[in-house]
Formats: sequence, C-alpha cells, structure tokens
Amino acid sequence: MSTVTTIKEKMDLLAAKADQLAPVRQAALKAFNNFGLPAPKHEEWKYTRIGNVFNLPLQWAPDQVDAVTAEDLKPFLLPGHEEANVLVFVNGVYASALSVIRSASIECMSLEAAMDSGYAELVAANLGHSGKYLTDGINALSTASLRGGVFLTVKRSKDAEHPLFVYNITDARQVNMLSQPRVLLHLAENAGLQMMETYGTIGSQESFTNQVMEVVVEKDARFEYYKIQNDAAHASQVSTTHIRQTGKSFVHAVTISLNGAIVRNNLNLVMEAEYCDSHMYGLYCMQGKSHIDNHTIVDNVMPHCESNEFYKGIMGDASTGVFNGKIFVRQDAQKTNAFQSNKNVLISDDASVNTKPQLEIFADDVKCSHGCTIGRLDEDGIFYLRSRGIPDQVAKSLLLHSFAMDILEQIKPEPLRNYVDRLVSERLAYEME
Amino acid sequence: MNDGLSTIEKTIASDYKYGFTSDLEAESAPKGLNEDIIRFISAKKNEPGWLLEWRLKAYRHWLTMTEPNWANVNYPKVDFQDVIYYSAPKQRVKPNSLDEVDPELLRTFEKLGISMAEQKRLTGVAVDAVIDSVSVGTSFKEELAELGIIFCSMSEAVQEHPELIKKYLGSVVPMTDNFYSALNSAVFTDGSFCYIPKGVRCPMELSTYFRINAENTGQFERTLIVADESSYVSYLEGCTAPMRDENQLHAAVVELIALDHAEIKYSTVQNWYPGDKDGKGGIYNFVTKRGICQGAHSKISWTQVETGSAVTWKYPSCILKGDYSVGEFYSVAVTNHHQQADTGTKMIHLGKNTRSRIVSKGISAGVSQNSYRGLVSVSKNAANARNFSQCDSLLLGDRCGAHTFPYIEVKNSSAQVEHEATTSKIGEDQIFYCNQRGIDTETAVALIVNGFAKEVMNQLPMEFAVEAQKLLAITLEGSVG
Repeated sequence: MSTVTTIKEKMDLLAAKADQLAPVRQAALKAFNNFGLPAPKHEEWKYTRIGNVFNLPLQWAPDQVDAVTAEDLKPFLLPGHEEANVLVFVNGVYASALSVIRSASIECMSLEAAMDSGYAELVAANLGHSGKYLTDGINALSTASLRGGVFLTVKRSKDAEHPLFVYNITDARQVNMLSQPRVLLHLAENAGLQMMETYGTIGSQESFTNQVMEVVVEKDARFEYYKIQNDAAHASQVSTTHIRQTGKSFVHAVTISLNGAIVRNNLNLVMEAEYCDSHMYGLYCMQGKSHIDNHTIVDNVMPHCESNEFYKGIMGDASTGVFNGKIFVRQDAQKTNAFQSNKNVLISDDASVNTKPQLEIFADDVKCSHGCTIGRLDEDGIFYLRSRGIPDQVAKSLLLHSFAMDILEQIKPEPLRNYVDRLVSERLAYEME
Repeated sequence: MNDGLSTIEKTIASDYKYGFTSDLEAESAPKGLNEDIIRFISAKKNEPGWLLEWRLKAYRHWLTMTEPNWANVNYPKVDFQDVIYYSAPKQRVKPNSLDEVDPELLRTFEKLGISMAEQKRLTGVAVDAVIDSVSVGTSFKEELAELGIIFCSMSEAVQEHPELIKKYLGSVVPMTDNFYSALNSAVFTDGSFCYIPKGVRCPMELSTYFRINAENTGQFERTLIVADESSYVSYLEGCTAPMRDENQLHAAVVELIALDHAEIKYSTVQNWYPGDKDGKGGIYNFVTKRGICQGAHSKISWTQVETGSAVTWKYPSCILKGDYSVGEFYSVAVTNHHQQADTGTKMIHLGKNTRSRIVSKGISAGVSQNSYRGLVSVSKNAANARNFSQCDSLLLGDRCGAHTFPYIEVKNSSAQVEHEATTSKIGEDQIFYCNQRGIDTETAVALIVNGFAKEVMNQLPMEFAVEAQKLLAITLEGSVG
C-alpha cells in the first residue's frame, strides 16, 4: 500500500474520532483531499519536490512514546538544557515523561485539554490559522492529523524565567517514520519568551517531519525564537512557524540550517496590529546533496509596522538552496517599513541557488526594499589573507565565517551562539577540505 | 499634500488623447478562427505552401493549449471566435511615394505627431508604417538597399526572401512556445522584417508604427530582425491605437537574432488605448518578445516605455548563448486608472562570460496594478556570468499596487548575480524642497517622476525620447510637465 493511501486511511480514522478537535481535522482533511500533495507545478513548491518524500514507505507514528529514552535524547541537547523548560516530541507526539516545565509563568496542556479550558476560544481561532496562508496539502496534512499536540501559554505580564527548548525527535531505527509535531503557543499581553528548537532523527532509516507551530503574540509581548536544524542527512522536514502579532509586539526569529535531506521552512509573520516590530534572520550552510528551502511571508495588515529580514546562504558540494521571501503590504498598512535581503555564496560548481524575493504592495506611503546577491568568495580578500601567510583553505574558511557572522550575531543567548558558531566553523572547515 | 492629491485627481480625470478613428475602407475576413480562416489569410497574402503548413501546425498545437493564468492580471476572458483575424485597408496598389497614400491615413499619422513627411525630412528615420496588418508606406528603402540592408514588411519578405524567413522564422520563439505565440504563428498578418548583412552598421534608426484601427480586429504582428556578423541596428517600435469600447486583443511576436559581434538595439514606445477612467475598453497586449545572442560578443538591448494598454503581459527576453554576449533590458512602465501591467524580462545565461543588466522602473497611479516579473537564469556551463538587476516602483495614490516577482536561478559557482528593488512614494520632503525653491507641486512631481525614469529614458534614441516623454506626460497628465 502506498504511503499516501496509508496516510489517508489514518486521517479518515482520526476525522471520525468524536473529540474536541474533530471539526478542525475534518475541515483540514477536506482541504487535503482537495489540494493533494504539491505537484511540481505548484508555484510555492516549484523548486522543492516534496512529493518524492512520499514515494518512501513512511510509517504512521504510533501513539506510544516510550521507545525513546532520556539517554537517546542526549546527543541532541542544546546548551542550557538543564535550566530550561523542555518540550519533547517523539515522532510528533508529546512525550510528557521527557518534558519538564520549570517556569510558573508557563501553562502547558494538550490541545484537546485546551479546547475544554478557558483558552478554548483562543485555540479555536488560531489552530489551523496557518492554513489561510499555506494553501497546500502539506499544511492540511498536519492539521488533518492533529494528535499529541501541545498548547502553551505564557501568562500576562510575565517573562518566562527559563527559556523553552523544543526537541522534535524522530525514531527511525526500525522504519521510515512520518512525524508531525504540533504546537500552539500563546504569549499573553506583556509576556516574554525565549525559545530554542531543534530536530533529531535516531537511527539510519529515513524520516519526514512535518511540523507546524502556530504562535500568537499579544500586545507588548516579546518573542525570541531560534531554530537549529542539524538533522541527519537522510532526514527531511517541512517546518512551519506561523506567527500572528495581534498587538503591538516584538518578534525576533533566527533560523540556522546546517543539515538534512530536504529541509523546507515556512516562516510567516502576520502583523495585525500597528507598531509591530519584527526581525527574521536565517543562515543556511549546506553540504552533500542537501536541499534547503526557506519560504517566508511578511504580511503587513496594519500601519506603522517595521520588518527586517536577512538571510544568508553558503552552498557547498551538490547542495541546492531556495529562498522565497514575500512581503505583502495591504492597502491600510501605510507607513510600513519592510526590508529584505538574501545573500548567497556558492563554493562548489555543483551547488545551485534559486531565489525569489517578492514584493506585493498595495499602499503608497511605504518604504520597502529587497536585495539579493549570488556570488563567490572575493578573490581580493583571499589574496589579502594569503599574502599575509595564511593558507588558502584557512583564508577561505575565515572569509566564509565572517560572512556567516552577520547572522550568528543575532543569536542573543551566548551559550547557544557559541554552540552554533562551533557547528558552523566545523562545517566550513569541512567544506574547505 | 492637498495639492498632491488634486494632482492625482487630475491625472485620473485625464482622457486618452489619441482616441479617434480614421475612416479607411477595410476588407476583412469574417469573424472567428478555424483552418479556413488561416487558409484565407495565407491565400490573401499569396504565401508559399510551407508557410501555410507552418501556420496550420501552429493552429493545431494552439488548440491543445490553455490560456495562461499565472500573471498578476485580471480581465474578462477573450472570445477568440469573436475576433476578425484579417483586415486590410482597401488600398490595393502599392504606393511609390507618400503622395499616393490615402490622405486620411496621412492625417492619422499627423494627429499622432509623427507625420511621415516631416519625419523623413527632419530625422532621417525610415518608417515602415503598419495600419491594420498591411504595410502601407515604406521609406528610405533604396538608401538601405544600397548597403544590402533588407527592411520590408513580413509579407514582402516571404515573397522576396523566403530562404531567410524559412531559416529564422520561429527559431527564437517556437510556435509551440506559449498560448499567444502559437496563436500568432497561426494567424499573423504582417509585420516587419529586417536583415543587416555582415559588417554593416545601419546608418539610421529603423522604425515601425503599429496602429490598430478597424473595429474588433486583433493585431497579430510578426517582427523578425537578423543582424549578421559584426553588424549593428537600432530598431524603434511605436504603437498607438484609437479609442474603442470593446477590448481588443494584440498578440505580437518579435524575434531578434544577433550573430557574432552583432548588436541589436530594440526600443519600444507603447501607448495603446488603456481604457477609460472606469476601466472600460482598452487593449489587451499579450506579446512575446525574445532575442538570441547567437554569436560570441553579440549584444541585444531592449528598451521599453509602456504607458498604454488595459492589460500588458510582456517579457522581452535575451538568450545569451554566445560567449561574451551581453543582454540588456531597460523598462519604464506607467499604469493609471484601471490599467494592469505584468512585465519584465528573462535573461538566460548559457555561454561563458555573459553579462546582463536589468533596469525596470514601475510607476503606478489611480487603481492600477503594476508588476515586475523577471527571471535570471545561469546554467551550469555559463562560467563567469554576471547580472545586475534593479527594479524600482513609485506609487502615486493609495489605491494602486506595485509588485515584484524576480526569479533567480543560479547553477554555476562563478556567477555573480545581484538584484535590488525598492518601492516608495514621492516624499513630502522632496516636494517641500521644490516648493521651498518656488517650484509648484505639479512641476515638482514632474521633475521627480522624470528623474525616476531618467535612467531608462536615456537609453532611448533621441527622436524617441522626445515622444516617450510626451507620452509619459499624457499618461500621468497633471503629474508631469
């Protein structure tokens, strides 16, 4: 039986389940049947053949999560783990035994429970909101498969004392695994949260992680978000982060992609209030046959917002990179300032980059600009270093490292920055061998 | 900014200045499209069998295609059976001089301010004027013939230079390329053909004026320019169409071929009827323009000033096949009222050390939508390719839109590709700066818009730049001088 048929069967079963999430699942299932998997002609999937992932026999994740132990988790731990709030997903299902919430200001519950809590209205309004922006079968697949998801809220006027670490672990020791972690995160008025997220595949089978995280940031809240993607070379993922700024708020997002088979990131920022301030940074540094695709949407709905987007890429071996940055400025969003920049360096003849920075502007009193470059290392720079006795490989590695620095500097917590910096340095040293 | 607003109001209120109809008796084919119509067109034009076959093949392919809908434009679908595919002015004998040309026709040109007689005398431009699909007057032909330059209508070229037509027609834009090029290949009625022999530098700017005249005739022009080794030609295309209520379809195909060391400079000023201020009427301009730099060190340069048409769908492109070849694209697109423009270019880098440059300026006013859509592609073997793209948008009014869709695909590590785009409106401080120096708001807007478009206007040949500025002024009347 093909993967798609299996998935459909499982989703039908889920849709028939009469729980609080049933209406959401059913609507998404309808959408999935309508869209199907993205065909190569799908404009948003033009350069990323995600359909191929489903040619594998992918296993529908079991409900049990005890196959993965704290010991298995160790190789993926990020610095500061001991002090952090930890959320672990095993094959897309929340693993409470491995997770811990230390901050009193954070409330954590299953999505099903949230539907019965005082947050029901908030959850109903935001769960699946990303589907309004991502009209394709992949997003619908996640929503139609809602299971083992988590709702988190940071209480009003509180800074979470500890950062939140999210580990998306896939157990591919026996079979090729389909993992679909789902989080709905809420930052109440004047709340603050620092969040780090990473992905790990255990075992040598292939895995596909279809993650959706929806975030609601209310008035005066501050959200810092770091995504570190350094999964195995046989692990693919579509990672969607959909952020709604419903009040004047601050968002700072950094995405670091270092490894994976097919890595697709959808980062959406919907600015629904005046005076929102958002920053999105990304660094992708790929090797082998990795494919990295960063799709971002900045939707300026209300006036006086400012967004800043800066993505950099270093493409080695036969890796392929895709960048598509959309900026929408709606008719009422006067006085918007939106900037976007994408810079790429190709360090191998087999690497390629496709980029499409896209502006759609319906208001006149705005300042919007985008720029993108694709090039190679500056020969004068290499010559300068070599003339001072620095070997060729080291010189190149130095220059690339300084190229990456612009983004690395945006990682505010020092331990994490040092950790990522080390990963990048190792990578660049490898690339230059 | 009250003044500024009233300026825009005035802009929106301005009417199309070139809307008039000349009463020329036309001989037309019945409405609709089928193989018989194509045979009729082919027979009317006394074409050889292979061309008829080619047309029919294109038509059969067209039947299998569907209208593209990816462009950022909205318009009621065209009923292809409700179009007259052939309409010739009823003037059977070819004129030897301008005196023999229908005086009504000459007056049409005069209203456009491009009186042929004056142009001939003052500017030395050779004009091959096309009204409703048939070439009616060709000037300076002998002078060009002395240099071996062939510049004639497509129908004439089919009769007199079949070997060149057979070799190059459809070689850059295959008839199967897209929906509109297939349609054009099936039903094209006339157009211009130009051949510059080896080592010849064309001493004057070649020019064609297209005008859509009879009611409900789609205009399907076919232009083919071949520049042989080490030759140079500058070609001007200008278009205006009279006022009509029903939407008219225009689907032209332009092919350029530059061999070793050759250079082609192609300039367009397009000012077709954009529809009235309520978005009624106007021309649909679905044009396929493509040039190939076939030889080493060849160069193709597109310059366009797009002020007209209700809907524009146009991407003049360069295939940079020869090593060291250069492609350029300079564009000013102005949209007002309900106009929609989706325009840009494709630069396909195939050869080594190829370079391209894109400068696109979009100006939107009223409730119009203006999109830049471009592709820069560097293939695996295109070592040391270099591209620079710049697309800027200027918004006049708070209900118009400016969009940018640049696609950049690079498969070679030695490539250097840069793209930048900005969107802004005219700053209040800029206006204030001018006001402060005694320049009224209207003149200030004119100054700023002109400055914004200068980089592209500078690329136009002198004779054309004057007209282009006039057109810019008409389109944005009240805003510009």
